Amino acid sequence: MPYRTLKQIRLDLQLIADLIKDNSRVLDLGCGTGDLLLKLVNEKNIRGHGVEIDVKNILSCVEKGVPVIQADMDAGLGDYPDSSFDYVILSQTLQAVKKPHIILKEMLRVGQTGIVSLLNFGYWKVRSQLFLSGKMPRTKTLPYEWYNTPNIHLTTIKDFKDLCNKQNITIKRQINLSQSRKGGFLVNLRPNFFANLAIFIIENKH
Amino acid sequence: MNEKSVGIVETKYFTFAEPPNEMLLESGEKLGPVTLAYETYGKINSSADNAVLITHALSGDAHVAGCHSKNDRKTGWWDFMVGPGRPFDTDKYFVICSNVIGGCKGSTGPTSVNPQTGKPYNLNFPVVTIGDMVKAQKELMGHLSVKKLLTVVGGSMGGMQVLEWAIKYPDMVATAMPIATTSRLNAQGIAFDEVGRQAIYADSNWKGGDYSDYKLIPAQGLSVARMLAHITYLSEESMHEKFGRRLREKERYGYDFTTDFEVESYLRYQGESFIKRFDANTYLYITKAMDYFDLTRDFGTLENAFKGVSAKFMVLSFSSDWLFPTAHSKEIVRALTVNRKKVTFCEIPSPYGHDAFLLRNEYMEKMVTDFLTYAYDK
Repeated sequence: MPYRTLKQIRLDLQLIADLIKDNSRVLDLGCGTGDLLLKLVNEKNIRGHGVEIDVKNILSCVEKGVPVIQADMDAGLGDYPDSSFDYVILSQTLQAVKKPHIILKEMLRVGQTGIVSLLNFGYWKVRSQLFLSGKMPRTKTLPYEWYNTPNIHLTTIKDFKDLCNKQNITIKRQINLSQSRKGGFLVNLRPNFFANLAIFIIENKH
Repeated sequence: MNEKSVGIVETKYFTFAEPPNEMLLESGEKLGPVTLAYETYGKINSSADNAVLITHALSGDAHVAGCHSKNDRKTGWWDFMVGPGRPFDTDKYFVICSNVIGGCKGSTGPTSVNPQTGKPYNLNFPVVTIGDMVKAQKELMGHLSVKKLLTVVGGSMGGMQVLEWAIKYPDMVATAMPIATTSRLNAQGIAFDEVGRQAIYADSNWKGGDYSDYKLIPAQGLSVARMLAHITYLSEESMHEKFGRRLREKERYGYDFTTDFEVESYLRYQGESFIKRFDANTYLYITKAMDYFDLTRDFGTLENAFKGVSAKFMVLSFSSDWLFPTAHSKEIVRALTVNRKKVTFCEIPSPYGHDAFLLRNEYMEKMVTDFLTYAYDK
């Protein structure tokens, strides 16, 4: 798992769960131990499954009765026909994939709506670490050293929005979070500085 | 929970398809009467929804678990999977396994006596398919009053039967666990089977299949077939670990053609012990059944094959299996996914090659336990 499990992660998943309509078809990319899917199955009666690469995480999914397919997202989503899902979720995983721009397009090929939660590298604490110490930032959500981090494509909220724009992807909604809370006035005013995490609902431009 | 063996078990026999109501085989030929050897463990519950059917691989039999007598030191072929507290928990589930039709472990096969001639069928036995094996098992389920299977599970050729079950009898199969298997044997698999068969044909004791008339067995041929096949069940890594280049009871090369290396001695032992427990003609028939298995051929595409299944699947492969490699399992998973079927897939890490499904593996045991528990409790 490219991130640590924090209270905030639970909130992140909770917010994503709130966005999903009852009885929909959901694909959760990098589903980890299957907590989000289990919640969605129980509370929203969704159908769908997770994609996960780590065998130990797969064991946890099976234990919960969550269908999961072991696969490497970097190999693409070629096994799925177009429009197979209502929602494709990528929670805090974009920064760890080899080709983020391709995954985004693939998400919107196989699904109607994409939900992406993003760790914001433009967050002020990250910026100030780099500015003050001159060293690669390490935070609670990004705890790795530069040489062993699985997070090979860190990005800021601004960068992500630029990419969406470039790829003809519409951002339907953006939810900003700061630490363990949904963003307040400042966070929503200047999310790229004050939010350490953001959730985006994306769709293809028609 | 304390896990333990099922203890002493007994093989039973069920005969059906008595003439004139013979069983119609996929080849168009008829066969009857047909006997299946089977074993059961645990009890069927009052709602009859706890039946588990285990299907065996090429050289397997009905004897999955436990022992046949007090002095029997050899347990069934999947003993660690079946018993109280084990993945197929016999305190919870009613577990069934039968020897396949065409087999030599009590079910009707080439070694059985042809009632029309009073002699063993030998090569007059009709060629049977994976579909025929499953069709016969379905008859057994009727005999046992099992209308619904909580799961059908098996590895290798057993996995082929699992797929066949889920496709042919969708209403009967709640969940399916094909392990280390394929939806069609590839050219390499057919090639290995053919070399094995050629080894048997080439043995002068084979006598065109009629060796029993001469009180002979094509031991050499069958044992070479087994030695070859055994290599395909292992991995380079596991062979290296187990034998390396170690010499057999000698310090230096013999510079002759006696046994030099440990691995040679091991394979010979495998070959020799196989002839004591398996029949050469049966080997021809069962490998042929595997060669013929091809869901794509039967249904046009693999996606089509799975269109009507209603079982929830858990597909498992093993990382070092090169005979039925992960890619084959992924094809099955893909076809199920395209049909929007519920499927879980995992490539289990193991260094032991194709044989891994017959060996203890904490990942496999846990996944099977949990998948089944969830299916049963829901």
